Amino acid sequence: MQDAYDKAAVLAEHGSNSAIQAVEASLPGALLDAKFDRDELTLKIAREHIRATATLVQKAGYNFLEDVTCVDYYPAEPRFQVIYHIVSHKLKARVRLAVPVESIDPEVDSITPIWPSADFYEREVFDLFGIRFGGHPNLRRIMMPDEWEGHPLRKDYPVEGYR
Amino acid sequence: MPTTPETPVADTTVTEGGVEAPYTGKPTPVMPYAADFAIAPLIEPRLEEGARDRTMILNMGPQHPSTHGVLRLVLEIDGETVLRVVPDIGFLHTGIEKTCEAKFYQQVVPMTDRIDYLCPMTNNLCYCLAVEKLLQLEMPPRAQYLRVLLNELTRLQSHLVWLGTHAMDIGALTVFLYCFREREELLKIFEHVSGQRMMGSYFRVGGVSMEPPVDFYERVQNLLNIMPSKIDEYQNLLTGNPIWISRTKGVGHLSAEDAIALGVTGPPLRASGVDWDLRRDMPYSGYEKFQFKVPISNDCDVWARYVIRMDEMRESVKICQQALDGMPEGPIKADAPKVVLPDREVMKTQMEALIYHFKIVTEGFAVPAGEVYQAIESPRGEMGYYVVSDGTAKPYRVHMRNPSFATLQAVDKMCAGRLLADVVAVIGSIDIVLGEIDR
Repeated sequence: MQDAYDKAAVLAEHGSNSAIQAVEASLPGALLDAKFDRDELTLKIAREHIRATATLVQKAGYNFLEDVTCVDYYPAEPRFQVIYHIVSHKLKARVRLAVPVESIDPEVDSITPIWPSADFYEREVFDLFGIRFGGHPNLRRIMMPDEWEGHPLRKDYPVEGYR
Repeated sequence: MPTTPETPVADTTVTEGGVEAPYTGKPTPVMPYAADFAIAPLIEPRLEEGARDRTMILNMGPQHPSTHGVLRLVLEIDGETVLRVVPDIGFLHTGIEKTCEAKFYQQVVPMTDRIDYLCPMTNNLCYCLAVEKLLQLEMPPRAQYLRVLLNELTRLQSHLVWLGTHAMDIGALTVFLYCFREREELLKIFEHVSGQRMMGSYFRVGGVSMEPPVDFYERVQNLLNIMPSKIDEYQNLLTGNPIWISRTKGVGHLSAEDAIALGVTGPPLRASGVDWDLRRDMPYSGYEKFQFKVPISNDCDVWARYVIRMDEMRESVKICQQALDGMPEGPIKADAPKVVLPDREVMKTQMEALIYHFKIVTEGFAVPAGEVYQAIESPRGEMGYYVVSDGTAKPYRVHMRNPSFATLQAVDKMCAGRLLADVVAVIGSIDIVLGEIDR
C-alpha cells in the first residue's frame, strides 16, 4: 500500500502543480514523499508542518476542504495516516495530503483555524481512531457515547466489539 | 461522569526504548480514552451580569419530527431568539465503515444502500466508481447511461421527499401528498428494475446487476412526460404563497465564504452563489456527454435553496430524457470475468463461467493495492468514497464523505440571531439525512 510513493518522479512530472510548488518553495522539509496514482496526487506531509502546509495549499488555490479521515496501518509504524482531501474550485483538481502519525502520542495539529469545516471531521477521527488534534476547539466524541472505551476503527479493535 | 479507567496494559511511556515522541514530549497513553478529556455539557448557559437566567438551553430532538431523524440540537435561546445551535449526532451510528472492512468488495454494495435511504443508488454509484477506479475497469457506454438515468431518477425522488417534508415542516401539509404521488411511481420504477423499492443494490462493481425489463423505458418515458407539469404544480402551491415566502425569504443566510469555510456542498452551496457542480466540473460515469444547466442563486437563503432544488429537478428530467434518447446498445457489464458475475444462463451452461461465479462468490475478487477518492454529486451535495485496498479481496478501509455531515456544521451560522421557528426552516432547507451523517 505504501510502496507506490516516488517523490522524484512526481516532482519531475507534476512540478508545475501549484500545491507542490508552494510547499517546496516555502517549507522544504514538509514534503516527505509524493505519489501520483490513478490520476490522484498524494503528498505525504510531516506532521509538524501540516497546519503550515494547509495554509500554503489553500493559498495555492485549493480552497475547499472535502474530507479528513484516517487509515490505521497496524502493526506498521508510523501506524496512522491522517488523510486530507482538498479540492480547488478554480483548477478543478484535487490534492490529498497524508500525514503519518506514530502510535505513541498520536497527535496532529488541528486545521480548524484554516478550514472551520474540519471541526466535525477531526472529532470523528479522534472518536474512531484516538488521534488528538492540537488546538481543536471542542475535541470530544461525536459518534460514540462520551464514556465509550477504545476507538472502534482501529485495526486491533474487533469488528464485533469487545465482549 | 465516569471515572478515569485503569491505565491500560499497553500503556507504557516508552521513553527508554529510544522511541521518544518528538512532538509534545509529554508521554500519553497508547489508547487515550474519552475520559481523559473533560465531558462537559454541550452548552453551558451564559451568565450575564445581573441576569443569571437570561438565556435558556432547549433540547430539540432527538425525537422532534422536523429534525428528519434522530438529530438532537441543543439550542441556547434568549426568549425567541436563537443564540447558538450545537448539533449532537451519533444516535444512528452503526459502524458501517468498520463492517465494510470485514466484507468482500461486492458485499459492501448492499451496505452503501443503507447509508442514505433517500438516494441509495447514488451511494451504490459512488462506491462502484471508486472500486472500478482501483481496478481500472472501463465501463461500457450502456452501463454508464443506465447509471446516469437511474441516478437522476434517484435525485428526483430525493428532491420530492425533501420538498414534501420541508413544506410540511413549515406548515404546507398538502404539498407532501402531491410529492409522494410521483415518488411512488419512481419507487415502482426502482422496484421494476431492481426488485426492491428502496435498497435496490442495482449498481454492481463492473456494471449494473441485470438488463432492465422491456417496459422499463416506456414507464420512465411516461413519467418524464408528466414530470415538468407536476413540478409546475408543486411550484404553484408554494411559490406565490405569502406564508411560504415570509417563512423562507431572508431566512438562514449563509454567505459564499462561510459556505466554503464550513464545507457546505450541493444545493446550499449553489444557493450561496458558488458555481460548483461535480457532474459538470469533474465529470464521472459519462456525465460529460449530457447537456444541463447548473442553477445558481445569490440570495443565500432558504428560499434560494428551494428555487435551486426545483430547477435541479427540471434539469434532472432533461438529463433523464437525454439518457433515454441516447441509450446505446451493447453490454451492461464490463468485460472482466474475474470481477463481474456472469449471467445466470451463461453460468448454467458454460463450465468456465461457473468456475468464475463460484470463485467470485466464495473468495471475492482481489483488488490491486492503492487508494482512491471518488466524489460525485449526490442530491444533497458532494458524496465521496475513499477506498484503500491492500491487494486482497476485502477493502482495507472504506470511508464515506457524506454531504449532510459537513452541512450540519453550518446550521449554527444560519440560525444564530434568528427566531426559534426559523431553525425548522433551516434544517429543512439543507435536506439532511441522519443515516448518512451517523453511518
